[in-house]
Amino acid sequence: MSAIKAVLRKGFETIEDLFDRIFGAKNNPFYQLGALGWFYFWIVVVSGIYVYIFFDTGVTQAYKSLEYLTHEQWYAGGVMRSLHRYASDALVVMMMVHMLREFAMDRFRSSRWFAWFTGVPMLWLVFAAGISGYWMIWDQLAQYIAITTAEFLDALPVFGESIARNFVTDAKLSGRFFTLMVFVHIALPLILLFIMWIHIQRHASPKVNPPRTLALGTFAMLLVVSFVKPALSQPPADLNYVPATVNLDWFYMPIYPVLNNVSGVTVWIALVAATVFLMMMPWLPPGKRHPVAVVNLDNCNGCGRCAADCPFSAITMEPRSDGSAYQLEAVVHADHCTSCGICVGSCPTATPFRTKSDLSPGIELPEHQISELRDKTIAASGKMTGNDRIIIYGCDNSLDATDVIDDKTQVLTMPCVGMLPPSFIDYVLSRNLFDGVFLTGCRQGDCNYRLGLKWTDARLAGERDPRLRKRVNADRVSKYWAGLTRHKEFFRKLTAFRKRLAAMGPEQDSGQQGKKTGVADINA
Amino acid sequence: MLEPRLIFGQIIAYGIFAIVLGYFSNSPAYTYHDPEKALLMVSFSHASQTKEECRRFTQEELAELAPNMRRPMDCPRERVPVYLEITMDDEVVVSNSYSPTGLAKDGSTSIYESIPVKPGKHELVSRMRDSRRKEGFDYTSKITVDLEPRELFVIDFRKELGGFYYK
Ligand code: HEM
Ligand code: SF4
Ligand code: SF4
Repeated sequence: MSAIKAVLRKGFETIEDLFDRIFGAKNNPFYQLGALGWFYFWIVVVSGIYVYIFFDTGVTQAYKSLEYLTHEQWYAGGVMRSLHRYASDALVVMMMVHMLREFAMDRFRSSRWFAWFTGVPMLWLVFAAGISGYWMIWDQLAQYIAITTAEFLDALPVFGESIARNFVTDAKLSGRFFTLMVFVHIALPLILLFIMWIHIQRHASPKVNPPRTLALGTFAMLLVVSFVKPALSQPPADLNYVPATVNLDWFYMPIYPVLNNVSGVTVWIALVAATVFLMMMPWLPPGKRHPVAVVNLDNCNGCGRCAADCPFSAITMEPRSDGSAYQLEAVVHADHCTSCGICVGSCPTATPFRTKSDLSPGIELPEHQISELRDKTIAASGKMTGNDRIIIYGCDNSLDATDVIDDKTQVLTMPCVGMLPPSFIDYVLSRNLFDGVFLTGCRQGDCNYRLGLKWTDARLAGERDPRLRKRVNADRVSKYWAGLTRHKEFFRKLTAFRKRLAAMGPEQDSGQQGKKTGVADINA
Repeated sequence: MLEPRLIFGQIIAYGIFAIVLGYFSNSPAYTYHDPEKALLMVSFSHASQTKEECRRFTQEELAELAPNMRRPMDCPRERVPVYLEITMDDEVVVSNSYSPTGLAKDGSTSIYESIPVKPGKHELVSRMRDSRRKEGFDYTSKITVDLEPRELFVIDFRKELGGFYYK
């Protein structure tokens, strides 16, 4: 399975590189799949409401009312109907690619099991909602779907009476079924919306709206398809004849040809097995979970930054439990935590300027202690020579930079570069441990831990606490979000940075070197 | 402002997605039934005879039953399978035995078959055995049909209507 994953990941990254170039990282649709899903969903809802206003819910009148919309009111109702269809189709595409991508990028384990697990029922809901929609047109396609679906349901031993019989012998009963479908077609999307909402409950500031440019482009694209190829009905249903040839919507109905050729029981077993397998995937194979973040109350001042920055809503601020004068304390909910360390990077007490004895910040990853990071930085510095010594802080999910290690370059990685408190940069430069700090991590726009890059960028730019202090010479700090694939550009950026450092010569402002800086300074 | 090269790239990307959506939303067409053929459909549900006749409990058996379970007759509820045979112009198109539904096989039997056939004039004979007899048929019905291509001809069975009937 990991081989499939690796190939998929490579494939995604190659295509995404191309899309980055065309759309820019911000509008790259591959980084916005979930948000696009929401966007399509809202288009489906709005267009659906419009179509429903004109839709006649009787089995005999339904077809006519849609013909009216499509032909007499093509400029409004027809377009709405087409948008309804194409946005629904796009939703399926988005959902499948989104699922495949989360799998390829290995973003479904640890606390992310929740999003994955709640994603699975959405597959059923989306397909069922779409199929019930086609049923409502009551054309030959609907007739085909109705009979094939009924035969499929009959394969289950739970319905005593055959459902499929209704469609061959009793027009009245198929009418009643039709009414049921209208109800189902409204109920399923509502349930879907509810699960979509549950789906993102563990994400802090989830991406549910695509960036404006992408949204506009997508909507324009759907409009163009709607005008160029309006959604049409097939000839009206006639239970006395077999439709024989149907124009399937292949986004929603790839299963139907299978149903015509494989026994219903077999398909049920396959579908249920696939569903169960998908739902279990976050725990297959089990284990491999890293220890989660731990709060050290002695050093937590209750500022709440970790809770604000945690991308997985794994931290809440609770009333103090240790009798300290602070009002609140951070509490980590272990089953939500992905051990990314972004909270450590946000904590004002995680500053290397503190004396060795108390470099135990308010929050910490047991496997990646901040004191250890400082020790490694200091140790690495010892072996360096020249005035273009660079320390690269990188993350474990992007390219392996260790092959650039030499007597001027060192690399230290952590789960996410968002774990690096900005004070580290200040520390490294003001103590003259290195001449420059270079940060790297996942590709721009697609942080493996969602918000690590966003917060890092904001902290370095002085827009979010903890800010990089103004005294730090910005020319000595550089970053390139390389991801796994962009070696070339990474080396280019690194070389350019080295040249810049060499040209600058050693740091002049020696007055600050060795100056002890406390927590208060970083807070400022 | 975007470079023209990128605008062009985006238009291509959106264009490909648009074509994929527009095309696969109703193409290619799928043929699941030969349009040159008609379709015979057998579809009904029928409760066959019970496997064993009711019989009177003997005195000894009655004495063994719990008092609230005592009743004069013992009626095993399991039903016999339904045997159906349909011929078209003397050619057998269905010849099958169907089990009653329910774990105890005490429910009615559901039959659902579809058989593509050549259109045109045909003589259909439907025969059914739903009783304990081992041979012969309890119901027989003959009909001459003239089927068009794609026409759906339904063979139904309603005991209260006297047996086979057609739609
Ligand atoms: C209607 C369909 C769906 C919609 C609208 C949807 C939407 C979303 C959204 C908005 C996010 C949050 C993205 C972010 O803010 O980083 C998300 C995350 C996620 N979704 Fe879905 N989703 C859908 C279906 C699925 C399915 C079918 C699966 C897999 C079975 C799935 C698996 C995941 C996972 C694992 C994440 C977590 C990603 C992460 O933590 O980075 N989703 N989804
Ligand atoms: S960021 Fe640090 S000090 Fe602030 S609440 Fe979290 S653990 Fe405590
Ligand atoms: S390591 Fe910290 S920021 Fe990351 S998920 Fe756990 S609590 Fe949240």
